[in-house]
Amino acid sequence: MKKTLFTCGILAAFAATPAVAQETLQTVRDRGILNCQVGLPTPGFYQLADDGMWSGMDVDMCRAVSAAIFGDPDQVEYQSVTSAVRFTSLANAESDMLSRTTTWTAVRDTQLGLDFTAINFYDGQGFMVPADTGITSALELDGATICVLTGTTTELNLADYFRANGMSFTPVTNENVNVLVETYLGGGCDAYTNDKSGLAARRSAFPDPSAHVFLPETVSKEPLGPVVRQGDDAWANLVRWTIYGLMNAEELGVTSENVQEMTGSADPNIARLLGSEGNIGEELGVSPTFMVDAIAAVGNYGEIYERHVGADTAIGIPREGTLNALWTEGGLIYAPPFR
Amino acid sequence: MTVLPDATPSPEGRRGRISRALNDARIRSVLIQVLTLLAVFAAAIWIVNNTVANLNARNMSAGFDFLDVSAGFGIGFTLIPYQEGDSYLRVFAVGIMNTLLVAVVAIVLATIFGVFVGLARLSNNWIIGAVARSYVEVIRNTPLLLQIIAWYFGVFNLLPRPRDSIELANGFVLNNRGFYLPAPVAEAGFSLFAAVVLGAIVFAIGLYVWAQRRLERTGQAFPAILTGVAIVVFVPLLAYVVLGRPVSWDMPVLQGFNFTGGLSVPPSFCALIVALSAYTSCFIAEIIRSGIQSVSKGQLEAAGALNLPSNWTLRRVVMPQAMRVIIPPLISQYLNVTKNSSLAIAIGFPDLVSVWMNTSLNQSGRAIPIVAMTMAFYCAVSLSVSAVMNVYNKRVQLQER
Repeated sequence: MKKTLFTCGILAAFAATPAVAQETLQTVRDRGILNCQVGLPTPGFYQLADDGMWSGMDVDMCRAVSAAIFGDPDQVEYQSVTSAVRFTSLANAESDMLSRTTTWTAVRDTQLGLDFTAINFYDGQGFMVPADTGITSALELDGATICVLTGTTTELNLADYFRANGMSFTPVTNENVNVLVETYLGGGCDAYTNDKSGLAARRSAFPDPSAHVFLPETVSKEPLGPVVRQGDDAWANLVRWTIYGLMNAEELGVTSENVQEMTGSADPNIARLLGSEGNIGEELGVSPTFMVDAIAAVGNYGEIYERHVGADTAIGIPREGTLNALWTEGGLIYAPPFR
Repeated sequence: MTVLPDATPSPEGRRGRISRALNDARIRSVLIQVLTLLAVFAAAIWIVNNTVANLNARNMSAGFDFLDVSAGFGIGFTLIPYQEGDSYLRVFAVGIMNTLLVAVVAIVLATIFGVFVGLARLSNNWIIGAVARSYVEVIRNTPLLLQIIAWYFGVFNLLPRPRDSIELANGFVLNNRGFYLPAPVAEAGFSLFAAVVLGAIVFAIGLYVWAQRRLERTGQAFPAILTGVAIVVFVPLLAYVVLGRPVSWDMPVLQGFNFTGGLSVPPSFCALIVALSAYTSCFIAEIIRSGIQSVSKGQLEAAGALNLPSNWTLRRVVMPQAMRVIIPPLISQYLNVTKNSSLAIAIGFPDLVSVWMNTSLNQSGRAIPIVAMTMAFYCAVSLSVSAVMNVYNKRVQLQER
């Protein structure tokens, strides 16, 4: 009897808290589907194939989380929305997480009710111009007309950069990246600006990619990563540690090919990552071997990178010597230890 | 000893008075209105509190305090000076000015073009009538958004680049960055020149009013419109020469990437104006046609019997009667133009919806105040246009005595 009362009391206490902020994991489990928000199709990060399948680096983050929860990477519904409404969509609980080259900034983190989980790509803003213009530096762009996606940090950085250098520009803005790219290709602006990864991704889909060049300047720092709603720490932890797990896996040499053999590894670091030791999975609310499922489904961080945006892909962003290399190789990909 | 009536009413009497008051239609209606007002206020307070509570629950900031924060993004086309470091409030003002510019220019062009097409629809010439008819049917029956995008991508974005610009006339340049035209610059003696121009316009209007009054009083006509046009054209021209060219022109010149100097509007503005005025002109044409056709044939025959010249028949007999039919639907077309201008967002023209409800909302995250301010603006504009047109409508309505 006492126990029943106690349980009732607990239930009542939880019912009083707003359901929207809590228990995302339970909601996702009940639904059987992870609602993952991506942007308008962008090669390498979230691209849409002719058969309707999504793929890309950010898509793999969603697939990894889905694998961690359900043991199956395909229990995901992708929601493709413009960047201008992405945070509203997340705040309204239309999506459970957002994985779409979104920059971590102070205002977004503190004023929009968002929680940035981890950085899965270090980017910086650059400019692309048609090669026949002969422009070789962003400092030559004084007076230029520049195409920029509205509602992005890019838009703000662009204004800052020109102000800092005492130059003027005319922005041509749109919330739809496809309209903007059409405008640029039609000559409606002198330069197109975006995160450098985004420029590379767009250019790879141009009719003639070699007719466009990137200017050497990087005018901002753009740490990109998945975002969740603020107020559900357990859910944020799950997304965060799934991504850190993928990074730790690369560091420890665990790949999608050898992950099954590695479960028997004598290395305690690997044993903890793959759940044969410790209780990290249980405490996150998923199976102890959640990282085995995630790594088997999408591979470790390095595999994901090389598969979608690496040097051998159409986008071709070499990883070596960049910020996105592992910390052991001079980069910034440094996940806290799995212990 | 006389018995005084009891000053304090008995309980039965008081009850009777209350029930009598409740049965009184006037008191009852006041009571119902007070209760309704209270209910509306209570609902409003509840909505505000509920919203604030929900925003807090989601850790989102609310309120209007963001208005003096620096916006930090550039705007491609502004009527009032704007810099990237200006506040969000300034962005709101820029958006309002741009929206009003689009609305005013589109309304003027759509009216001129609509009247023209509407009269062409009535032409006895079969070819003119058929051309006007097909124009109306094609443009009116395709979605406006489609037309805006078609004009933008199909025409203005395909124009030559700045180096190969089309020069329409000296200083009027068209390329895929926009339309450039010379800007007037005030020189010495400009204020005198401006006063002369203003005086000429006022005099012409005064002349017209005087001619109307005299016509009504004596029946004698005076060609006030022709004289007025002549005054407004020739007096400033004379003043311009006499005062030694008080206005010089700032010509757009190709410098670096684009033309600089002069006035310029971006291609998105051109596409928006062309599409909006073409689309609205079709509806206005049909309104004009229906208005003119609503005037009964007997009126024309009567004018003919009086041997009135044909332009008089149109101006003095047909139009005054047609206006009664034309004005009310015309008001709603003008309101539509103002609201339809928000489709500018599709091609990135920085109107209110684009810079305020899209860019600012996304950069600041203050959805509720921003949407509320936008709605308040459109509401205010629509209500004022409607008020002005209603006053005019009252004047052209049948004067019943």
